[in-house]
Amino acid sequence: MGANGAGKSTTLLTIAGLLKPQKGAIYYQGRDITGLPAPFLVKEGIALVPEGRRVFSRLTVRENLELGAYLVKDKGEISARMEEVFERFPRLKERQRQLAGTLSGGEQQMLAIGRALMARPRLLLLDEPSMGLAPMLVREIFRIIQEINRQGTTILLVEQNAHMALQVAQRAYVLVTGRIVLEGSARELLKSEEIRRAYLGGQ
Amino acid sequence: MAKGKYIFWRLVALLLPYVLIQGLLGAGLISDFQQITLMMMGINIILAVSLNLIVGFTGQLALGHAGFMAVGAYTAAVLTLKIHQPFLLSLILGGLAASLAGLLVGLPTLRLKGDYLAIATLGFGEIIRGILNNVEYVGGAAGLLGIPRLTTWTWLYGFLVLTLLGVMNFVNSTHGRACLAIREDEIAAETVGINTTYYKVVAFSLGDFFAGLAGGLYAHYFYLIQPSSFSFFRSFDVLVMVVLGGLGSITGSVLAAMGITLLNALLQDLAEFRMIIYSLLLILVMIFRPQGLMGRREWSLARWLEKRGEARGPAGS
Ligand SMILES: Nc1ncnc2c1ncn2[C@@H]1O[C@H](COP(=O)(O)OP(=O)(O)OP(=O)(O)O)[C@@H](O)[C@H]1O
Ligand SMILES: [Mg+2]
Repeated sequence: MGANGAGKSTTLLTIAGLLKPQKGAIYYQGRDITGLPAPFLVKEGIALVPEGRRVFSRLTVRENLELGAYLVKDKGEISARMEEVFERFPRLKERQRQLAGTLSGGEQQMLAIGRALMARPRLLLLDEPSMGLAPMLVREIFRIIQEINRQGTTILLVEQNAHMALQVAQRAYVLVTGRIVLEGSARELLKSEEIRRAYLGGQ
Repeated sequence: MAKGKYIFWRLVALLLPYVLIQGLLGAGLISDFQQITLMMMGINIILAVSLNLIVGFTGQLALGHAGFMAVGAYTAAVLTLKIHQPFLLSLILGGLAASLAGLLVGLPTLRLKGDYLAIATLGFGEIIRGILNNVEYVGGAAGLLGIPRLTTWTWLYGFLVLTLLGVMNFVNSTHGRACLAIREDEIAAETVGINTTYYKVVAFSLGDFFAGLAGGLYAHYFYLIQPSSFSFFRSFDVLVMVVLGGLGSITGSVLAAMGITLLNALLQDLAEFRMIIYSLLLILVMIFRPQGLMGRREWSLARWLEKRGEARGPAGS
């Protein structure tokens, strides 16, 4: 969590290998992955759902998902994964031949998550998945995120919706101008005075 | 549809234009003027399809296609005229030289996101002309004269088919998918593990290779090449064909290249009007068909045969 411009997206982009850090190191499963290129990290199981969804607008839903498994060569494996994504997001199955740009905001977010899942990540980075969605849909997306997590995928979630985020997360970090100023278990932070004042609208 | 039958029809479709025109040429039924137009059509198709690979499929705006054509034209012409190398070898080396020039321009600029390539290629086109204008060995501003006329309809058609098959195979492969993804959203393309710089450079230098081939074919048809034959306006011509035909449609590029070449031939004496007519055409297309004539679609023989088969009923299977 953190205010606009705190450096949340920058952190995720750097972990995913889209930006190179100027200082510091990134460790993943005990290994130094600092500065490794994105394709390598995708293969290692790190997938990013970028801020603002960024679906491939003029390609179909199906083509978007296929591209999610871009590094997978085995056709059978790709269609097996696609079936899994369709099971999780039946909406996408109905609309698989539709151009991604014509999907609703919520559907696009599902597609963006589905596309990342096609890489079978062990670490899923989500950048503000609830942005611009109606409350009903936010709850739906959070339910799905929890489900993915329960099935064994580690999730690093960036959220403005602090209340929802703290309810589903195990640990939380608060970022201010690129530095972690507060961290702890989500339950603790939910109770913390500072957090209540800054994010939850408490007095 | 039986596979054998499909391959048969495909071959027919591929060879029909060649045989037809070769026959007409042999019978002397095609005037010199018509022949020039015909050859320019072929050359422009190669240029348009190869530029479409860069601009339409990969989404990288390149404004110097004529510059790469010049590299191929001069390389091939010097090889045949001055060093007496065989035609085929010279053409291929011309294409490779253009492709290498593409690497030089593309590597530093395509690593960046944004329209740096447009600026760099615009500059490249002018620099190449500046260099050619000042190198005595290739005739300076007067150009190279007396290049052997080796480009025949047969050679041209062969390379045309090669270009079409080459580009079509590329765009229909996973490489082509990667290029489309880059065009749609470069950051998202990176998140799925596409090496975006690599594919942008590959698409760009592959497109430049075919531009170089087109240059070689051009040089060996018109005896004479001058730096002024490869001005920005030629690059612009090709870009108009790509946009009119539809970004990302090979069929569209082919049709638009044929149409624009014909228009150029008809308006030869009204050179100043050409730009106005182009502009009007572009505006009209933008209003009525912003996706270009063909959009993203392709004409496919298999689909066409299937449709006809359905229309006639199941009898002919
Ligand atoms: N390429 C860049 N050059 C200069 N500054 C940058 C660059 N990229 C990001 N920044 C700055 O770094 C800061 C952090 O940006 P970042 O996108 O990570 O914020 P964020 O926490 O995700 O904010 P938001 O909640 O608004 O998405 C911002 O002040 C931003 O302007
Ligand atoms: Mg952000």
